[in-house]
Amino acid sequence: MSRPRTRAEYLARLVPPSVAGLNRRSLLAGAAGTTALLGTGLLAGCGSDSGGSEVKTVSLGSNQSDPKPKEVVAKVVDGFQISSGLRIAVNTVDHNTFQENINNYLQGKPDDVFTWFAGYRMRFFAQRGLASDLSDIWNLLAGYSEAFKKASTGDDGKQYFVPTTYYPWAVFYRKSVWQQRGYQPPKTLDELTALGAQMKKDGLTPIAFADKDGWPAMGTFDILNLRINGYQFHIDLMAGKEAWTSEKVKKVFDTWAGLLPLHQADSLGRTWQEAAQSLQQKKSGMYLLGLFVGQQFSNEEQDDLDFFTFPEIDPAIGATALDAPIDGYMMARRPKSEANARKLLEYLGSKEAADVTVQNDPATLVANAGATTSGYTALQKKAAELVGSATEIAQFLDRDTRPDFASTVIIPALQQFIKDPKDIGGLLSSIENQKKSIFTD
Amino acid sequence: MSDLPPIHADRAAPTPATATPTDGRGRRLRLLSRTDRVVVTLMVLVPLLLVVGLVWLPATATVVLSGTNWDGIGPLDEIEWVGGRNYSDVINNYPPFVPAVQNNLLWLAALFVVATPFGMYLAVLLDKEIRGSRFYQTALYLPVVISMALIGFIWQLIYSRDQGLLNAVLGTETDWYGDPDVNIWAVLVAAGWRHVGYVMLLYLAGLKGVDPSLREAAAVDGASETTTFFKVVFPVMRPINIVVLVVTVIESLRAFDLVWVVNKGRNGLELISALVTQNVVGEASRIGFGSALATLMLLVSLVFITVYLATVMREDRR
Amino acid sequence: MTAATPTLTREPGAAGRRPARPRRVVLHLFLGAVALGWLFPILWAVLTSLRSYEYTAVNGYVSLGGWTLDNYVTAWRTAEFGKHFLNSAYITVPAVVLVLFLASCVAFVIARFSWKINLVLLGLFTAANLLPQQALLIPLFRLFTEVPLPAFMSDSELLYDSYWGLILINVAFQCGFCVFVLSNYMKALPYELYEAAMMDGASLWRQYWQVTLPLCRPALAALATLEVTWIYNEFFWATVLMRTGDKFPVTSSLNNLRGEFFTDNNLVSAGSVLVAIPTLVIFFLLQKQFVRGLTLGASKG
Repeated sequence: MSRPRTRAEYLARLVPPSVAGLNRRSLLAGAAGTTALLGTGLLAGCGSDSGGSEVKTVSLGSNQSDPKPKEVVAKVVDGFQISSGLRIAVNTVDHNTFQENINNYLQGKPDDVFTWFAGYRMRFFAQRGLASDLSDIWNLLAGYSEAFKKASTGDDGKQYFVPTTYYPWAVFYRKSVWQQRGYQPPKTLDELTALGAQMKKDGLTPIAFADKDGWPAMGTFDILNLRINGYQFHIDLMAGKEAWTSEKVKKVFDTWAGLLPLHQADSLGRTWQEAAQSLQQKKSGMYLLGLFVGQQFSNEEQDDLDFFTFPEIDPAIGATALDAPIDGYMMARRPKSEANARKLLEYLGSKEAADVTVQNDPATLVANAGATTSGYTALQKKAAELVGSATEIAQFLDRDTRPDFASTVIIPALQQFIKDPKDIGGLLSSIENQKKSIFTD
Repeated sequence: MSDLPPIHADRAAPTPATATPTDGRGRRLRLLSRTDRVVVTLMVLVPLLLVVGLVWLPATATVVLSGTNWDGIGPLDEIEWVGGRNYSDVINNYPPFVPAVQNNLLWLAALFVVATPFGMYLAVLLDKEIRGSRFYQTALYLPVVISMALIGFIWQLIYSRDQGLLNAVLGTETDWYGDPDVNIWAVLVAAGWRHVGYVMLLYLAGLKGVDPSLREAAAVDGASETTTFFKVVFPVMRPINIVVLVVTVIESLRAFDLVWVVNKGRNGLELISALVTQNVVGEASRIGFGSALATLMLLVSLVFITVYLATVMREDRR
Repeated sequence: MTAATPTLTREPGAAGRRPARPRRVVLHLFLGAVALGWLFPILWAVLTSLRSYEYTAVNGYVSLGGWTLDNYVTAWRTAEFGKHFLNSAYITVPAVVLVLFLASCVAFVIARFSWKINLVLLGLFTAANLLPQQALLIPLFRLFTEVPLPAFMSDSELLYDSYWGLILINVAFQCGFCVFVLSNYMKALPYELYEAAMMDGASLWRQYWQVTLPLCRPALAALATLEVTWIYNEFFWATVLMRTGDKFPVTSSLNNLRGEFFTDNNLVSAGSVLVAIPTLVIFFLLQKQFVRGLTLGASKG
């Protein structure tokens, strides 16, 4: 690495002894070799099922990238491959990437069948012609309640979605902690506040809370809005039909501001796992989250986990609505082998597929009521009962409204609120202004 | 990928002005044989088509899209024009915009005032022929080899409020990545950590290229080491200085991966690039609005790019 | 911080003189501390990757124990690193070869002739390297879904979701930087070389291929190192211009280790170490070439 001293030396060093000689040749040979090797790879890496069209292969785009759910999908699909003689090519893409690229994905060359959620976005894709009508399959499906059918229906009254699993949001707690301290599940907001105060006295953080990723706080907003203003107002607000500056919305945030002191502090840097661990480690008293909170508990601790639905705030509205996001499948607009894709979807919605899911995945509930649910844990059974008794089911804020509104307006706004709960009026008029620029049609 | 040009031209080589008649490089095209002309054309045209087609055309299209309210779905002829509304919305009706601009500027200032001089200082120290220099260089340069996304994650292990090393060691409960007053600084430490190595390497290359006789002459004149550096060496490295300056500016403007990994550029970590991504790439699909943000970003980049190129060209002609 | 010593007060830092010892010690202490500070976060990640989640979840990270290699095994298996490393190679190697070839062509023309248009060319190429990527995504996506490829090149039959598309976009983006570096480097070559070649009747192509390129080897090696690192680390284009999970490069397959609901930091650390290894290896192998390649192209004042 010594530096050249003179210009002559510098130039001399630039010219290697063999200007066009061996070195370059061997270099080229190496390059050619690699290119050849990669060439075969490039071509081979692509091929696969091209050619033999009208095909016995159906492609299935899946966002189930976690090991456990991925395995469940594989098992469900196996069952179908054996019974139908068709081949299913599962294309797994990690959950986040799949969701972020969905628009491009559906407009590019989507898989015949793909995983998605019920709610606004499902209806939106249906309306824009990016998904196929599945009404004929619904005529063949059995075991679904009217609520699930409604959740699968597009704006035009046809079905575009086959629901498979769902999970409710509720307030979770550890039975052992509550028994030891003699806590009772609260039935009203006042009881909840009193319970929180008692927990504080007992040295517990009353409500575990995390919102680093932006979405968990939506759950809190949803349930407060459902309890204070009811399901219909919530859905209209999500659809952009109600004003965010109304007294009703303001009351939601006022109530939330009153509850914030009971929540775990510094929530904006915490992931929900970390919050769930504070519940698991008995540092927090309760946690409003989806059923998946159980993943942070070991197998022995599962029995110690229990929940109650968020208490009533307005007696006229009651406490029977809740968030219970539904996952399922849709069919792309022009599947390569439509008839077989429909067969697959029919199977995915069947009791058999649901049975496979129940046997293999303890962290979720199956949508098909015909499924054999004797394998459910006590918690799963209770959760299924809770959803079964619900009068209205919302899908969660980011599934019930426009995604551009949810991600670019609501997330920053809720985080702003958590940071500084005082200026609710200013916050709401900012949301309303942005809403007007997004909900233009 | 967000990295930029080290290196600069060797202006000592015989490159007189374009017009000089004796300049051998000034060959006209017609002096070339026909085959040579075809070869020259192909050598330029193929890469040019690639760059124009895949970079400049999309860039132009983005500028056009910024005048629409397209949601990214459906045929292009259904696009509705909204004129400058996206721009006025960006400025008047988008709370994250102002913090994003502030953060980008802060990013620039931090890299420019702290990380760049420190990298330069380390390069000067390492330029001396000392033992273990290669080890030090490697240690400092390693972060540059690792992708920004990994860097974001690696620092998360240190910053996490409940499980991170920093709070465990200090016994504090600071919410490094979550507290909007703190997190931008925490992220800047990580960004600076990487930038220092980068700048160090660039200056190291620059210093190795400095003619040692210059320093010897200065030493003979009795100038101190520091004086020599600032009065003699630093000015000679002007081309490298410009590269470093531009690298720093562009890195600050294009900074993205780090905040994206931390919290998708929200809650105190707003950056323009992250806002563009939130609007355009994700499910949100506010293509028109996001394109307006992107266009603003393009414009600012172009200002710096022009300054940079103008300087480079001027140097070239010298 | 510089300890003045009796032996050397007259001309501090004069070239060639051996500085006094205490000063050296201070220098080494300082550099050592900085180097450690710089290595520490990486070492911490390596350390984390070697511990079991069960242990650290209970005892915290500032503890001893729970040592295991399981995270590596699990990470390798869960994220299917073997397959994805190969995908990264399919993208990185051709892209680097192609970008160096195309850029050296343009650079050669820019350096060999002094036409007015050279400045415009240099500007077009260099500036393209500096534009923010996110800004170009939507038009690019549309373009990629419109360009057909024969089925034997990609099963998507489009530029979208094919390695070819990713290679091209990486080449287009990186070309500017390489043109810039190489043209500067080539300008430094003595013009007499070409005159001699022309006397021998060498065509323009031979001048490029047999005279210029071999001389640029240090710069090409340095650029190759940088480009491998950058293209390998690139994952933005890969995730937005691909749709088949099995074709993703290794950097984006790291996402498979982050759960929808749950993330095991120790496992992701192991994955991160695995992903970083190839770039580290290349850096160590080419480190010497690398600094030299940059140095020779640098200014001599």
